[in-house]
Amino acid sequence: MSNTVEVRSLSKSFASVKALDDISFVVAEGELFGLVGPDGAGKTTLFRILTTLLVPNKGTATVLGLDVVKDLWEIRSRVGYMPGGFALYPDLSVAENLEFFAAVFGTTVEQGYELIAPIYKQIEPFRDRRVDALSGGMKQKLALSCALVHRPDILLLDEPTTGVDAVSRREFWDQLGHLKASGLTIVVSTPYMDEALRCDRVALIHGGKILEIDPPDSIGTRYGLPLIAVRGGNRFELLHTLREFPHAHAVYLFGDELHYTDRRADAAPETVANEVREYVAGRGHKDVEAHAIAAGIEDSFMELMGSAPAPTATAA
Amino acid sequence: MSAATGRVGVPGKTGAADGFAIDARDLTRRFGSFVAVDHITFDIRAGEVFGFLGANGAGKTTAIKMLVGLLAPSEGAAHVAGFDIRTQRDQIRRNIGYMSQRFSLYADLTVRENIRLYGGIYGLTPGQIAERTTTMLDTLGLSSNADDLVARLPLGWKQKLAFSVALVHKPRIVFLDEPTSGVDPITRRQFWELIYAAAARGTTVFVTTHYMDEAEYCDRISIMVDGKIAALGTPAELKEKLGADSVDDIFVRLARGAPKGAAA
Repeated sequence: MSNTVEVRSLSKSFASVKALDDISFVVAEGELFGLVGPDGAGKTTLFRILTTLLVPNKGTATVLGLDVVKDLWEIRSRVGYMPGGFALYPDLSVAENLEFFAAVFGTTVEQGYELIAPIYKQIEPFRDRRVDALSGGMKQKLALSCALVHRPDILLLDEPTTGVDAVSRREFWDQLGHLKASGLTIVVSTPYMDEALRCDRVALIHGGKILEIDPPDSIGTRYGLPLIAVRGGNRFELLHTLREFPHAHAVYLFGDELHYTDRRADAAPETVANEVREYVAGRGHKDVEAHAIAAGIEDSFMELMGSAPAPTATAA
Repeated sequence: MSAATGRVGVPGKTGAADGFAIDARDLTRRFGSFVAVDHITFDIRAGEVFGFLGANGAGKTTAIKMLVGLLAPSEGAAHVAGFDIRTQRDQIRRNIGYMSQRFSLYADLTVRENIRLYGGIYGLTPGQIAERTTTMLDTLGLSSNADDLVARLPLGWKQKLAFSVALVHKPRIVFLDEPTSGVDPITRRQFWELIYAAAARGTTVFVTTHYMDEAEYCDRISIMVDGKIAALGTPAELKEKLGADSVDDIFVRLARGAPKGAAA
């Protein structure tokens, strides 16, 4: 299988800020590839380089086998790009936006209709409404339709689900699943760790560096330290008690639990869980449950983030 | 406070003042024939961390605007910090803090100047401002960045600073509108520890979020669907009642039932 995207030792700085610091990865044809990381991680800079809107300082990148610096015009006509914040024309209607994007790419809405129909049909009843009167979920569907209307060979989506509610987010990922099934290569970024599970492979990105690249279900397997889920009683007080445990490596809030990581890599997780339970019971926390668990993507991300050098001076 | 009616004890909370921090009765807002908020009723206890959830377009923003005195209700009543949202808006504004993701801080002022500005707006004396500036910079670990422009701070620091600034006048209730959007998972958790610390001091926290794991951090949550409150309770109660594994499951189930278009 050939690679649709190849990025080699890519770096980009703005004044003294290293937005991308020696990044390398490939995306296979037909793959749904996720870039997962917070604001400021470098995701948008990477998309701008891949879409030929920025030139890297160092390294190379190809998209569809074309060089992002030399072959910019051909790349531009063949990628579908949905920038962060959706980049629609607020004072044009739904239909006008779509017609505009089709015209820019030298095509018509009719020619692209079959591909966009599953998404566009949901907002077509509002085709005459101005975009500034649309909800976030509707703008998202329109922006995806605009990125697809010229039937691109690869789809690049920069934070398509940011600021959109949990239901619209799920529906959006369902749509990406359908597009992937049709053979389209998709690179998508998100700050939501749970969305990584919908990708074939994810790159965890933070501070301009890629921390890890793996299929989502193998990311946790490299965690390396005993991880214990703890629940019960006053969470805030329990959090502080756990941090005082002499072997504590990290303690974080985690949904309706706390996740405690022990610094003893060789300790048996169930033994650690028992020790933790006894320790907090001795400090007055009754009826606390503690059991060993496998690390998830967010656990791994925080561990990798914590061990990577801080990108900006001192941490708060 | 006048609004106090049959206070229920809040286990594990200390320093909470008597009475409800917020009570709303059949609160309603119409825009023409569209009912954005449709007879919502709830109480929030002092010192509680209350998660106000809902899909985009479900009516959350309209409800918050009424509670903070920016929009008059079409029908119904509500008290915030004991004051009537129809007739005592000025008192409400002095007793609440507000943080939205976008507009809370002035990027072209320094950290210290932002604190001074908000202290001044809320009528603190120069002595109080000086004292609270020192405490705030210490707590946030920002002492050496006090004279940096806010524009230069990483997003996570900005959000922590915006939260502290929203509390500079020691309000009884703080409204947080998607306070953690876009920040990394460690910073999000540090932010929630600030929320817990404020609640432990007795501040009531009213928070919206799109992160469903954060909904689990709240003492109680409500989920709005099409202008109505479709669920209200502790995350554990709601999960048990609806046989769901997580708040995410509950949210998707309730919000998906909403008519197409309204919540799109």
